[in-house]
Amino acid sequence: MTFAHRVAPYLQALPLTLILGVFLVVPIAVIVMVSFWDYDSIRIYPDFVTFNYEETLFSFVTWKTYLNTLKFTFIVWAITLFVGFWVAYFLAFHVRTATMQTVLFLVCTVPFLTSNIIRMISWIPFLGRNGLLNTALVDAGIVPAPLEFLLFSEFAVVLAMVHLYTLFMVTPIFNTLMRIDRALIEAARDAGASGFQILTNVILPLAKPGIAIGSIFVVTLVMGDFITVRFMSGGQSASVGLMMANQISLLQYPAAAANAVVLLVVVLMIVAAIVRVVDIRKEL
Amino acid sequence: MPSETRGFGFYVLAAFFVLFVLFLYGPLSTILILSFQGPDGGLTFPMNGVSTRWFANLFETQAVGDFGGSFTRSFLLGLMVMATTVVVSLLGGLAFRRRFVGSTVLFYVTIASLVVPSILVSLGIGLLFQVTGFRPAWYSSGFGAHLTWTLPFGLLIMFAVFNRFSPAYEEAARDLGATPWQTFAHVVLPMITPPLVGVGLFGFTLSYDEFARTLMTSGSFNTLPLEIYGMTTNVTTPVLYALGTVTTAFSFAIILTALIAITIINRRRLTASGA
Repeated sequence: MTFAHRVAPYLQALPLTLILGVFLVVPIAVIVMVSFWDYDSIRIYPDFVTFNYEETLFSFVTWKTYLNTLKFTFIVWAITLFVGFWVAYFLAFHVRTATMQTVLFLVCTVPFLTSNIIRMISWIPFLGRNGLLNTALVDAGIVPAPLEFLLFSEFAVVLAMVHLYTLFMVTPIFNTLMRIDRALIEAARDAGASGFQILTNVILPLAKPGIAIGSIFVVTLVMGDFITVRFMSGGQSASVGLMMANQISLLQYPAAAANAVVLLVVVLMIVAAIVRVVDIRKEL
Repeated sequence: MPSETRGFGFYVLAAFFVLFVLFLYGPLSTILILSFQGPDGGLTFPMNGVSTRWFANLFETQAVGDFGGSFTRSFLLGLMVMATTVVVSLLGGLAFRRRFVGSTVLFYVTIASLVVPSILVSLGIGLLFQVTGFRPAWYSSGFGAHLTWTLPFGLLIMFAVFNRFSPAYEEAARDLGATPWQTFAHVVLPMITPPLVGVGLFGFTLSYDEFARTLMTSGSFNTLPLEIYGMTTNVTTPVLYALGTVTTAFSFAIILTALIAITIINRRRLTASGA
């Protein structure tokens, strides 16, 4: 190996290292630092105080908000996993030509590349008090009066999150399903396995890495979300992200920073738990 | 299960898939229709006549704030993020093909960039600029914030590409006397152009639609998603839907352009190789 050969990878990795260093690693270090600072209503002061953490950890509101966020996370995770798995399964095993697979996969991907906020707004004419769904339900005589819980409620939050985040589940699961050797399924069938047995004993175990990666995506997206909760609940529900966003808008940066550190620790613990159960390294 | 005849399971799952696609596109199509609401119509059905009044409304600044300015900023930022994401992900992908000290750490930092909640990145960069006395702006702090979201996607795509890339082509080029640069420019680069277009598409659209990471990093001027979010709290006319229709149409146009580019490049390559 020549000198140029040995230096090349370092030079090639340099831009990535610099960008992530300046805009990810250093900012997180700054958050940790500021979480120990003092503040008043106008500015923040360098200091070493722990009351930002005390206020966060010993407050009933924080615990309630965390529980609410975990509740959203669990519900959205369960629904996106179910929907994502069967969509990916259909694409991988039932669509026969590669072209059709690509086309249908793109159909699922395109909305992901459009604005999340517009996709949230687009639920208003559908779910609102005079929206399509309520009009249809009332006209059909199923309900006597428009349902109020459809929009600006926890139901709407979950619906919008499933709408926004299911693709993050579909893509990695689809990827792992496509890599399963079809001969394994043939062999299982030849050995007398039923369709259900093939699913639980062959496909599901082999799909685990994809399920784990999708779960990491969905869990981290929902745990840190504030815009969907704020917009779709109409201010009637809380999440950790929203609590932070409110503290930020009140310029209580050290409090928001302490909250951010706690949130980061919780998210990393969940991710670590997922990675412990399923080895995803082969997938990356 | 795949078999010669379509079973019951196929029809159940096909119906499920169709419902899923309706779920994805249904709401978008309602705002598309409602953006043509008549001049006296409201935010919900029924349609009160048909007009293009709300589209015209978009270009009157007093009606919707700074649509033109925020669109220009988002567009330029998207292009900057796109170019940077393509170049940096490609270089990163090439780096990871060989062993180097610190590669594991860099890999985990890149993954962390995806896993760390967006609002944390936003808060962190905002605080960093405040503490160091720099003024945040969409082209500096906002640009960096967007890169923390687009680069991991770009790098993961490059990993997938290079995992399937046979080194035999490069060895053949080297045996024929090509310099490393010639090997890269004439052998490797043409082969990986389609996925690079894909990386560019991700870079642009993820930046163009990014909200949470821009919140504390855009400085005094709004990007388009921030402007739209501001509108949701004070605009109560279908102009909101007109804006949604226009920006979604723009996203679709970008996606379509990228897909057409990929198809053309692929077809040219097949013709060139005589297949």
